[in-house]
Amino acid sequence: MWFEQVMFFVAAVLALAGALGVVRLRNPFYSVLALVAHLVALATLFLLLRAQFLAAAQVVVYAGAVMVLYVFVVAYIGGQEEPMRGEGGLIGSFGPLFAAALGIELCIAILGTGLDAVDSRGPDVGAGFGSPAQVGALLLQKFLVPFEAASYLLLVAAVGAVVLARRRRGLEESEARSPVGEAG
Amino acid sequence: MDVAWFLVLSAFIFCIGIAGVLTRRNPLVVLLCLELMLNAGNLALIAFARMHGGAAGQVFALIVMVIAACEVVVGLGIIVALYRHRLPIDVDELSELRG
Amino acid sequence: MDAISFGWLVLSFPVAGMLTVSLLWNRLPGRLGGWIASGAILGSFLSSIGMFVDLQDRPEHARSLVDSAWTYAATVDFKVDMSILVDPLAVFMCLVVSGVSFLIHVYSVAYMASDRGYSRYFAYLNYFVFSMLLLVLAGNFVVLIIGWAFVGAASYLLISFWYRRATATYAGIKAFVINVVGDVGLVIAAFLLLDKTGSLDYRGIFQATDNVFRVDDGTLVAACLLILLGAFAKSAQLPLHTWLPDAMEGPTPVSALIHAATMVTAGVYLIARMHPLFEMAPTAADVSAIIGTATLLFAATVAVAVTDLKRIIAYSTISQIGYMVLGVSVAAYGPGLFHLMTHAFFKALLFMGAGSVIGAMSAAQSIDRMGGFRKAMPFTFVTFTVGALALAGFPLTAGFFSKDEILGFAIARGSGYVVLAVVGYLAAFVTAFYAFRMVFRVFFRNAVPEARELEKGHLAHHEPENPASGEKEDTDVGFPGPEHHIAERSWPMKAAMGPLALLAALAGLVQVPGIDEAVDKFLEPTFADSRYADVHPSTGTEWTELGIGGLLGIAGIGLAYLIYLRRRSLRLQIRERFDALHTFLFNKWYFDELYELLFTRPVAALGRFGRNVVETDFVQGTIVGGATGVVRVGSSFARAIQTGYLRGYALMLLVGVGALALYFLISSS
Repeated sequence: MWFEQVMFFVAAVLALAGALGVVRLRNPFYSVLALVAHLVALATLFLLLRAQFLAAAQVVVYAGAVMVLYVFVVAYIGGQEEPMRGEGGLIGSFGPLFAAALGIELCIAILGTGLDAVDSRGPDVGAGFGSPAQVGALLLQKFLVPFEAASYLLLVAAVGAVVLARRRRGLEESEARSPVGEAG
Repeated sequence: MDVAWFLVLSAFIFCIGIAGVLTRRNPLVVLLCLELMLNAGNLALIAFARMHGGAAGQVFALIVMVIAACEVVVGLGIIVALYRHRLPIDVDELSELRG
Repeated sequence: MDAISFGWLVLSFPVAGMLTVSLLWNRLPGRLGGWIASGAILGSFLSSIGMFVDLQDRPEHARSLVDSAWTYAATVDFKVDMSILVDPLAVFMCLVVSGVSFLIHVYSVAYMASDRGYSRYFAYLNYFVFSMLLLVLAGNFVVLIIGWAFVGAASYLLISFWYRRATATYAGIKAFVINVVGDVGLVIAAFLLLDKTGSLDYRGIFQATDNVFRVDDGTLVAACLLILLGAFAKSAQLPLHTWLPDAMEGPTPVSALIHAATMVTAGVYLIARMHPLFEMAPTAADVSAIIGTATLLFAATVAVAVTDLKRIIAYSTISQIGYMVLGVSVAAYGPGLFHLMTHAFFKALLFMGAGSVIGAMSAAQSIDRMGGFRKAMPFTFVTFTVGALALAGFPLTAGFFSKDEILGFAIARGSGYVVLAVVGYLAAFVTAFYAFRMVFRVFFRNAVPEARELEKGHLAHHEPENPASGEKEDTDVGFPGPEHHIAERSWPMKAAMGPLALLAALAGLVQVPGIDEAVDKFLEPTFADSRYADVHPSTGTEWTELGIGGLLGIAGIGLAYLIYLRRRSLRLQIRERFDALHTFLFNKWYFDELYELLFTRPVAALGRFGRNVVETDFVQGTIVGGATGVVRVGSSFARAIQTGYLRGYALMLLVGVGALALYFLISSS
């Protein structure tokens, strides 16, 4: 029991630290790394919630593939350090305030909710809860249509990315670009 | 741990993500903050799945991950195209869709 | 066929004629359009005779028939039909209108032959006859007002027939505007009567009159005065008479038909038709009698001074209608309507003769330029003189019997009416004078060049120009045609003028006092309910009065002979002595100038104000500009939201979501 709570707090702190790092670090490359840390922390939290498969997917797919993609792009574009000053004027000052207000509202909603189950740890579930078998069965039985739709979406995104990034004739292109950028 | 803790954490992460979207000017970082928000949503979904005892929330979260991936792909493609056309990589400068 | 069916036929023929001529206008060869139109009116006339015969077959008390074509409006306690009323008065008017119209159509076939707007003219003319017949056959105020308005429209169309002539279009507008004043009066009178009696039918109103109104009831007097407003506008009595002399801008047959024989008599018909109302409101009847008398004297004096041939005849018309108005206002319905009939004959004849003379003068109309046409135009001379004799009331002509009978009735009514009768006699003297002023100046004295040319057989031809202003014109559509026609050379014109001359001479014999009083007897069923039906001068008195009238007529002719033929210098001496008076009369008592000052200028100024201030500044600037300005400002606000600025959009999203969440939070707690 205590192990769980300790893990929770560690993971929560790491997640928050990662999130703050993403937002506050100047160099975009560092922001990416902060997000990776955040994702790993979240994977830990998923494990605590008995979502083994999701945790694995998070680490492998999200942190492993998507963030790597991010790293490539940041390397290509070059993460210039943004200046501290001139940080978006009014919105830059008041934006966080509104966000904080929203956060407070959400907390009030969560903590004052009439849903009693929120205050518990949830029902006792069997060993197979959150396993790949269960998730896979659900994907292929109950949630088949969203599954197929998601796969189509992936196809569309892939094609779209290729179209966006391809070289067009007649437009001025620098010959010194590395082939890395062409893949998009 | 009570489910409520996870939900509160999710709310915090979400709001940090919003603050990032509003504050940062580099579109890459804005996309990263969007990822933060999506992850917060995922956490909430999985917490509720645990609360209900059904894995539907987990499936939902999985699909959200897929969507996040697609969105990142397209978003980064746009940014690369911007870079290729020598446009400024700054959301404040990219404001031609105005009335 | 009964009288009602004939009544519908009477109305249908002119409509058919109008449609045929107007739809086939460019397919009808030569003068066929004119003959078709004339045939349509002949059909109307024959149907009127059919109505007459059928009515006479019925017993006296059953000579009032009503029929309706369809129901225009029907509500809980009120119903309006498109109905016609066939009774002796209506049949009388139909006979006069359709008969004289037919002759004028025949005249026009020749007179308008070279005009480019030939078919349009006959279509308008048929439309006018339809409207006039609708007016006299109306069975309720709605149909009356429809006919009234149509007649006004037809008058406008025909006065400005030569539409490229500026003076003609102005005259048309003037006539129409003054007519509208009368129309308003008539409509308001109809409302007042509807309000009090609950009906718009003649029968309904007349039956209710005795029950609803006291004698000289305020509303009834007001309604009658408003009816008089309409009647005086249409019949050109004081003070709404100024349009009629200007209406001479129209072609001469139009002047003959509309502005002498038929349309202008609509006011007289109206007063006669509304006689139960007027007899219940003696105040209004007295007003009408006084105005009628004043008009007849006024117009007679002006006719002595003006020099345009058609305008002399126009003022003569105004004056003679004054007689008719006087007649029907003092309840002398028979004599008044008899004078309407005889006047139609001799006035139309005079206009036709004038048209012939004007044709010989190549469209010049001033009598200063005319003279000595006696030898060159014998037929015109004889017929014109017959008409002038009838107008002057020369013994045994039609005018002799009709005009003075009215004055005899007035005397028989007694008290103040005798004064009116004396004025009437005075005006009769003046009438005879100016009638023969015309005859002597046009046909006697030295022959002018045009007359001498015509004697040799050659019709004069001048450059086309506006007779009033002298502006140059051409002879294309919108202006008169290139040829001029005179009676001596056109058999249709002779065919029309001849019968009218005979009627002007002999028509009086139907109403000889003491011997036969056919008109009175025929009209009796309509006017049987008049409370003055027994007021009747004795035969002897009547003959005396007629005699006085005849003597005055001869005296007037004699004076004209003296001044215009015997002692020419006398004329110029008189002119010099009474120069101011002459100028006053020549300028028509300055009525036109007075109205210009009182009405035209302020209204024109109001119009200019409306255009500059109200339209330009207020409506365009403030209202339209204001509305567009507000929209522009609003849309610029809306546009300001779309900055293209990503973070701004994100903030707005956030604020929206936050507000929504707050709302749900609050509403659920």
